[in-house]
Amino acid sequence: MSLYFTREHEWIRVEGDVATVGISDHAQTALGDIVFAEVPEAGKTLAKGQEAAVVESIKAASDIYAPVGGEVVEGNDALSNDPELINRDPEGEGWFFKLRLDNPGDVDGLMDEASYREWVQTL
Amino acid sequence: MSREVRGGPTDQHNQARGEPYRGDAEGGEGAPVENIQTLALDAWHRSKGGRMVPFAGYHMPVQYEGIMAEHLWTRRNAGLFDVSHMGQLLVHGRDADAALETLLPGELKMLPDMKLRYSLLLDESGGIIDDLMATRRGDDFYVVVNGATKFGDIEVLQDKLPRDVIVDYMKEQALLALQGPRAVEALEKLAPGVSELGFMQGGLFHIAGQPAWISRSGYTGEDGFEISVPAAAVAAVADALTADEAVRPIGLGARDSLRLEAGLPLYGHDIDRGTTPVMAGLSFAINKRRRAEGGFAGAMRILAELENGAPQRRVGFEIDGRQPVREGARVLDGEGNEVGRTTSGGFSPSLQRPIAMGYVASHLAEVGTPLKLEQRSKLFEARVAALPFVPHRYHRKGAAA
Repeated sequence: MSLYFTREHEWIRVEGDVATVGISDHAQTALGDIVFAEVPEAGKTLAKGQEAAVVESIKAASDIYAPVGGEVVEGNDALSNDPELINRDPEGEGWFFKLRLDNPGDVDGLMDEASYREWVQTL
Repeated sequence: MSREVRGGPTDQHNQARGEPYRGDAEGGEGAPVENIQTLALDAWHRSKGGRMVPFAGYHMPVQYEGIMAEHLWTRRNAGLFDVSHMGQLLVHGRDADAALETLLPGELKMLPDMKLRYSLLLDESGGIIDDLMATRRGDDFYVVVNGATKFGDIEVLQDKLPRDVIVDYMKEQALLALQGPRAVEALEKLAPGVSELGFMQGGLFHIAGQPAWISRSGYTGEDGFEISVPAAAVAAVADALTADEAVRPIGLGARDSLRLEAGLPLYGHDIDRGTTPVMAGLSFAINKRRRAEGGFAGAMRILAELENGAPQRRVGFEIDGRQPVREGARVLDGEGNEVGRTTSGGFSPSLQRPIAMGYVASHLAEVGTPLKLEQRSKLFEARVAALPFVPHRYHRKGAAA
């Protein structure tokens, strides 16, 4: 298992050829109280960089772009009734979707956890 | 004419006279970041964990612990808001009431001493230049206007009022709002006697050793107070208030969601120069005498709208699902025709559902009318809802407790 982060504050956990995607603790803190999340359904194909999910806090709406490309194997259904899960456990139970990676090389160049945590400190 | 003054509304006599007002390019909405001003409570907000954002030309706290928690705290306890960005004016001089009535459609001549009224500064075509609170203090009027519009308002007043009516801008005066069902118990301990004030009544008190002009008013729909104190004393007053366990500091984010639930319009969003008091559902601010006599800016159009109705009306929307619909969504009728736009919207912490406000063609303004809202190419089922979304709990004297 490998954990990667983007500069858009998404995390990608890769196990075999399946990547789980969510937003970082830093991102949920910046967004504030999350009141709505819309995640892609299984079967949807996402290109890297494509609009994949929507997360809305009480303040603002944000789009989540697919940090890697592939076919969605599962969206996190728990978020529709309990979007606050993203605030409570952003890097665990508050995941957004899982997809089967088209190209394992998509994660090349993403930050590892230590680099991300260090970079976030500088923001 | 208008001037900047160092005194406040608590000075009983001889308002200190400063330099005449010369206009201020800084501090307005859209001001360059380097020109953003700091509030007297800037360090205080930061020490309480306030997340500061530019708003109306000032660095202001958008939230402390979080908008949801702050919102619900205010509805159940008492929230302290720093609204020092708002413009505090004193209008005085010969027949100030009659002079102001040429611009505002409200009852000022017969307004009793120490009572305040919500009113509107109107342009010649009845458009709303600003909304405001005006309090009679003897022959003078203490007027509180919005922060982003205050310098423009002063120019309008200076331009339109007779030369012998003076507008003092009290730039060294801070303004706090204490709102919520426990506001009265918290403030009574520090400023004995405030519990005797009725809704929309003010008076001179002392708090933390400082003279304070306090009125029973606010913009959350809750019982509460607005407290004007010298900027040099506002940190001591804020400390004294938040020492009470019922009181927590509340940011702009919750201020916005609270006023939205209360159905109260936000200037620059729900009302502006393209809207009139009748369109905006603010006809209550025009009393019987003013309707009969007219004589205010835009009266011809507004009296006609009172008689015949306005083409559009401000309404509330309740929206299916959980996703917020915000400002700027198109409002569609059953055939898909655009019949209006949303002007405010968000997730209601009290109701745990999305709510919005906006304008629709008047024939669709009836409560319960089904409409669709379109935001980012997505359609939302909505119905016209009664305003306020959350009932007001003002302290009206003589009303049953």
